[in-house]
Amino acid sequence: MLAVLNLKVSYGGITAVKGVSFAIEQGETVAFIGTNGAGKTSMLKALARVLNEGTQGSIKLRGEEIIAMPPHHLIRNGLALVPEGRGVFARLSVAENLAMGAYIRNDRQEIAADLGRVYELLPQLRERHRQLAGTLSGGEQQMLALGRALMARPQLLLLDEPSMGLAPLMVNKVFETIRTVAASGVTIVLVEQNAKLALQTARRGYVMESGCITLAGSSSALLADPRVRKAYLGE
Amino acid sequence: MSQANKYYSGLAVLILSLLVLPFALSAAGTAWVRITNLAILFVFLSLGLNIVVGFAGLLDLGYVAFYAVGAYVYALLASPHFGLHLPFWMILPIGAGLAALFGVLLGTPTLKLRGDYLAIVTLGFGEIVRIFLNNLSQPINITNGPRGITLIDPVRLGSISFGRSDQFFGLVLSGPMKYYYLLLLLLSLVIVVNLRLQNSRIGRAWEAIREDEMAARAIGINTTRIKLLAFAMGASFGGVAGGMFSAIQGFISPESFVLTESVMILSMVVLGGMGNIWGVVAGAVLLSFVPEMLRYTVVPLQMTLFSRIVIEPEVIRLLLFGLALVLMMRFRPAGLWPLRARQREFHKQAAIK
Repeated sequence: MLAVLNLKVSYGGITAVKGVSFAIEQGETVAFIGTNGAGKTSMLKALARVLNEGTQGSIKLRGEEIIAMPPHHLIRNGLALVPEGRGVFARLSVAENLAMGAYIRNDRQEIAADLGRVYELLPQLRERHRQLAGTLSGGEQQMLALGRALMARPQLLLLDEPSMGLAPLMVNKVFETIRTVAASGVTIVLVEQNAKLALQTARRGYVMESGCITLAGSSSALLADPRVRKAYLGE
Repeated sequence: MSQANKYYSGLAVLILSLLVLPFALSAAGTAWVRITNLAILFVFLSLGLNIVVGFAGLLDLGYVAFYAVGAYVYALLASPHFGLHLPFWMILPIGAGLAALFGVLLGTPTLKLRGDYLAIVTLGFGEIVRIFLNNLSQPINITNGPRGITLIDPVRLGSISFGRSDQFFGLVLSGPMKYYYLLLLLLSLVIVVNLRLQNSRIGRAWEAIREDEMAARAIGINTTRIKLLAFAMGASFGGVAGGMFSAIQGFISPESFVLTESVMILSMVVLGGMGNIWGVVAGAVLLSFVPEMLRYTVVPLQMTLFSRIVIEPEVIRLLLFGLALVLMMRFRPAGLWPLRARQREFHKQAAIK
């Protein structure tokens, strides 16, 4: 699905990602864990091509090189990003936000059907569909951001810190939804500081430290690894 | 009466009163018709700037540059200065097009700027255009420098010249009155275009960029193109307004296109309510008329009270203007008539149009 080779991201004189390589198979959920400043978000932004300058290396989406592809082409190729901090359109309603998610599509009937599916998956959005997105709670905004990304019918979904700033109960709900989406066949790359939850959700994971991948393995192996337990699980 | 009937009868009353307005105004003096015409031009400009500032959220402090471009295109193509006398319906599109080109010219290098930084660059751009107009009299005399361009042709439609009075079906229409109707026609066109734009795919994309540019890019909006489009469309409205300004005034000079004009237009947009078309119209009308009314009331009032002028009307104007802005920021920070008073019905089937 996605093959990344020696990806480097630098801006403003610092190199945030110092050459990472990995591959993601169709249909799997893969977690990237690490502390603040490990380069996870920069890497994800580079994958989604929303970071313009300073990206080097190779990113292949289903065999096609996308490192120079503008993001509005990328999303047509099935790659969608849920940005860090959610990035909902605060002064648009929930329904309008979701409609914007289908910006690149013009199959109106299919869009309406997908909207129904998103509302089914996230019923609290249906209840609040006329409310302005900026007035939603953090968890609801995260759900909305997720729903909006799904409206583009992605095959590969990049999630940036979906648990950020959410109450524990809400975090569980968000991750439940992510599991449901994953079960429907969408490939997911999950960048997360909440290492435990991320590894419980993903099949396998990578640990990032100061711009490099330092550990890789199945989730159960990583969860059992003493280095991971010490550094990220607080043991 | 049903909702729709109410709407249409309200609209009919509005149109009728707008049609009769110049006759009522000319009873008070032709000057008021001229003031109204200028007010309509400012509505034009505010609607154009609203596309850039209100819809797309790009703070532009040099908007008057596009007004200047439109005005000079008209002046140069319809005056003795170059000996060219093209008809207005040919010049207006040229002016709009060139202004749009200038919009792209400003937009391209500022694509990555937002907020204060964008404001500074646009402010500089406005000044550059004005200074160019002031100095392009050498080595080849293009703009005639600070002396400006005189004897600009009035609008002509067939045998009807908008520069003088005519009689139609027993009604005497003065030049300014004819311009009023022409401007009203153009304005309704501009408002319709704006309303259509707002609810279009492009309008939604502008809104998305205004709310969160990164997210806008993530959902597949070509932010470069959409931003340049905002600059170009906003500028083209400025260009049309400039052309009409030239024709109405018959004389233009760089002095008409100073920074305070940009600030005034921006104030109209902000006062009315950024992003809301009717709010912007209200803001522009208000800020165009109130100062004029002051001019006509402050002097007589002071004469009767003190039998001399204590405070110059210009000073009072700025004082009240400042006071109004402070009060507004305190009590209605989103503008008099803000966006989102509307709660659009939006159901399952209503995806992007």
